[in-house]
Amino acid sequence: MTLTQAEKAAVVTIWAKVATQADAIGAESLDRLFFSYPPTKTYFPHFDLSQGSAQLRGHGSKVMNAIGEAVKNIDNIRGALAKLSELHAYVLRVDPVNFKLLSHCILCSVAARYPNDFTPEVHAAWDKFLSSVSSVLTEKYR
Amino acid sequence: MVLSPADKSNVKAAFGKIGGHAEEYGAEALERMFATYPQTKTYFPHFDLGKGSAQVKGHGKKVAAALVEAANHIDDIAGALSKLSDLHAQKLRVDPVNFKLLGQCFLVVVACHNPSLLTPEVHASLDKFLCAVGTVLTAKYR
Repeated sequence: MTLTQAEKAAVVTIWAKVATQADAIGAESLDRLFFSYPPTKTYFPHFDLSQGSAQLRGHGSKVMNAIGEAVKNIDNIRGALAKLSELHAYVLRVDPVNFKLLSHCILCSVAARYPNDFTPEVHAAWDKFLSSVSSVLTEKYR
Repeated sequence: MVLSPADKSNVKAAFGKIGGHAEEYGAEALERMFATYPQTKTYFPHFDLGKGSAQVKGHGKKVAAALVEAANHIDDIAGALSKLSDLHAQKLRVDPVNFKLLGQCFLVVVACHNPSLLTPEVHASLDKFLCAVGTVLTAKYR
């Protein structure tokens, strides 16, 4: 699946706004993930998963930074996230289905904060973009 | 997901052994899919789906021919199946989840008829190949 020029533009434009609240959105997305999809907590036995926990906020930042990298290198997401791809393949081994769930939670957080910007077209562009990121991160599993 | 040289040679060898039986396997895979996953029948309201149906046999041939084509052009599956990809995107619109189901049924059929062929390595390579075909066929959906 490839992103059209219009879709890339939509992703980049919204990112400019999202970036200003990236850490908060990252933490909120993870919060939503663990709340709605409790099995995802099994990947974090070593974390304090209570709302507002420092570890959640820290991890949310990491996730959003990676997404920011992917936005900046939207023409070569695979290259930009190569190391993360290997990390997920050889160390983390998060079941691919969970990427869809986290992507969905990120979309919800972004939509909640920017309701006027989150038109159907922007929604579709972001969904495709996050799907691409997820594909790259699970590409080296086998 | 990228097919390694070993995957490609496993797939080619497997299809070599399957040879002329590919068409039967296609038909049997469809039959199994309709039996095990009845929701897949919704895409074929115009077919006789009873046992031994000529329409299912005919369709199985088509599916098998596409898989053989992909295996023969394994370095450029997207190119080889480009027209089929357009067809699925613009006309058929089969939900992507169903490609996994048909792929699994195909593997089961191969396993039933060629128990010694499907070593764990060959199984993994064929599964990757079938996933790659599914990805190509759904690449243009949006």
